[in-house]
Amino acid sequence: MKFKLISQIAIALLTARLKQSLVAAFGVTFSITMFITLLSFMGGLNDMLDDLILNRTPHIRLYSEILPSPVQPIEQSIHNADAYHFVAHIKPKNELSSIRNSEAIMDALNQDNHVLGFAPKTALPIFYNLGTIHLSGILNGIDIDAESRLFSFQDYVIAGEPIDLKNTPNSLILGIGVANKMLVQIGDMVQITTSEGTPFNLKVVGIFQSGIEELDKVQSYTTIATTQKILGKPASYINDIQVKIFDINMAPALAKQYHTLFDTEAIDIQTANAQFETGSSVRTLISYAVGITLLIVAGFGIYNILNMMIYEKMDSIAILKATGFSGRDVNAIFITIALSIGLIGGALGLLFGLGLSAIIGEIPFNTPSLPTVTTYPINYNPKFYIIGAIFSIITTYLAGYFPSRKASQIDPVDIIRGK
Amino acid sequence: MEKKTVIEAIGICKSFQGPTEVKVLSDVSFAIYSSEFVSVVGKSGCGKSTLLYILSTMDTNYEGDLMLDGVSMKNKKDAVLAKVRNEKIGFVFQFHYLINEFNNLRNVMLPALKMGKFTSEEIEAHAYAKLKMLGIEKEALKFPNQLSGGQKQRVAIARALINEPLIIMGDEPTGNLDKKNSDIVFDIFKELVETYKQSLLIVTHDLDFAAKTQRTITMEDGQLTHTIH
Ligand SMILES: Nc1ncnc2c1ncn2[C@@H]1O[C@H](COP(=O)(O)OP(=O)(O)O)[C@@H](O)[C@H]1O
Ligand SMILES: [Mg+2]
Repeated sequence: MKFKLISQIAIALLTARLKQSLVAAFGVTFSITMFITLLSFMGGLNDMLDDLILNRTPHIRLYSEILPSPVQPIEQSIHNADAYHFVAHIKPKNELSSIRNSEAIMDALNQDNHVLGFAPKTALPIFYNLGTIHLSGILNGIDIDAESRLFSFQDYVIAGEPIDLKNTPNSLILGIGVANKMLVQIGDMVQITTSEGTPFNLKVVGIFQSGIEELDKVQSYTTIATTQKILGKPASYINDIQVKIFDINMAPALAKQYHTLFDTEAIDIQTANAQFETGSSVRTLISYAVGITLLIVAGFGIYNILNMMIYEKMDSIAILKATGFSGRDVNAIFITIALSIGLIGGALGLLFGLGLSAIIGEIPFNTPSLPTVTTYPINYNPKFYIIGAIFSIITTYLAGYFPSRKASQIDPVDIIRGK
Repeated sequence: MEKKTVIEAIGICKSFQGPTEVKVLSDVSFAIYSSEFVSVVGKSGCGKSTLLYILSTMDTNYEGDLMLDGVSMKNKKDAVLAKVRNEKIGFVFQFHYLINEFNNLRNVMLPALKMGKFTSEEIEAHAYAKLKMLGIEKEALKFPNQLSGGQKQRVAIARALINEPLIIMGDEPTGNLDKKNSDIVFDIFKELVETYKQSLLIVTHDLDFAAKTQRTITMEDGQLTHTIH
């Protein structure tokens, strides 16, 4: 009942200064619109870049690296146990970068219920032979089904069918950079040489474009079996197991666990892409900063209109107080005015923000690096709307706080005596 | 018959701090009884308004004591005094202080809506009754700026009456009005006293007006010099 009276008086004062109130509300609308649009767009961009890197990046990578033996034989000597050893002459064995026990590891990963899936890989350095020129490159032997399921491999094959890799023996999918240099098309044969000098002929069944030029200039893909054949290694020869897990946040812990359990190197996505995370968070931070700055400016608009209203409505405030409205009532009246400007402006801002981001989301955006993206990316995360709403309420409350306090402290005697 | 004391000033002193201390009221004591029509007269600047603001609880910065309906108003909280003003005191000033965004009826209703003892339908009926009593029920749905000065002042009186206050205080309520309208307002006050047993305390510089009231308190240099019964 009391709130009804307070709001009726608030509305009456608002209508007395309708134009300025609308301008103040529009300030909030504008800033919330920009806030939502900016965050949705930045969010979309971040997601796109995440897709670009993270979707193609395993959460945990298991590999074996050529490292010197961590425990040198001399350290196992019982003599001079406390002494510092300078002698470290046991060099790594030539066991190459194969993961030991890869079949057992893959069995274990199949059982692990943290794991969404994994894709084994056997990579080897090669040269693409182009007449007398040799371009260095990397031939990746992949499990095409796992790669497509986990890392959207098929999205990046811009010509040919990925499945042909399995169906055509001795075939490969060539990075677009190499393909352009070698002037080859689907169906052509290319010759490669291994680092040991063995030549090999492979048939091009697809062209691959990752969007990262450096990769497209060197990478090409074939089946694991083909690489094993080229290397002359058994079917258990695997360089790399790329694991995707259900909860990406568990990656560091699981990586550690796999490292000891499987006795391989294991690196998690957070460690491998630390700088990438930083980029995303800086972009998000900038969006928030701009949004909040706009809101603060809008807050000053509300502050101004309230001060003006209080100045103009001094008489009304005085008579309200003289007829029994307390300072708290007067305070509530002006806070209500501020909040209704903020709520109406903010609600419109959320709607316009949704509209504007939807419009931006329809603008065509084609980039060779992102074959799946055709329009500007927008993230419609409800979180942005909730934050926008909360921010608009907080700023308008703060903007209304001081003027309202001033109004509540007006001494009616001063006003009435002045007449 | 012993009359009930409505409001009583006990040794009220008031001075303004400035470059030099100015004593505006010194040791003012008097009482007003129910259904009494009292006027306060005195030269301009002698402290009549100052006294009225203290009696109305709006000014709390004074020495002495103020009893309203038998209760001391000294050292009361802002919200408590607001409630006292709302329920027990009706005001009429020289200026009408109507809120232009509300129509006249709503202006009259405001103090009652604040009090919250009745439903808004009941309050509306009461407000209509008051306006009717003052002969301006036709103006109820108009807005204050559509009325003449005399009509506005009558709406202000209706607003002062809406909560059936213990006492109505006026600070030169006819100060802005011409003779004809002053007479109308005076007749209204007189009717309020005679018919509705309303207590009234009216500050005025109009000696004719004062002469027609039941009792006149004369002030000079912040003191009561004499009262005429
Ligand atoms: N805020 C103030 N500060 C200092 N002096 C004041 C203030 N208000 C009123 N006065 C002085 O108090 C005296 C009484 O004023 P007031 O009560 O308004 O007189 P009246 O209503 O009888 O004309 C005047 O001399 C006036 O100058
Ligand atoms: Mg005066």
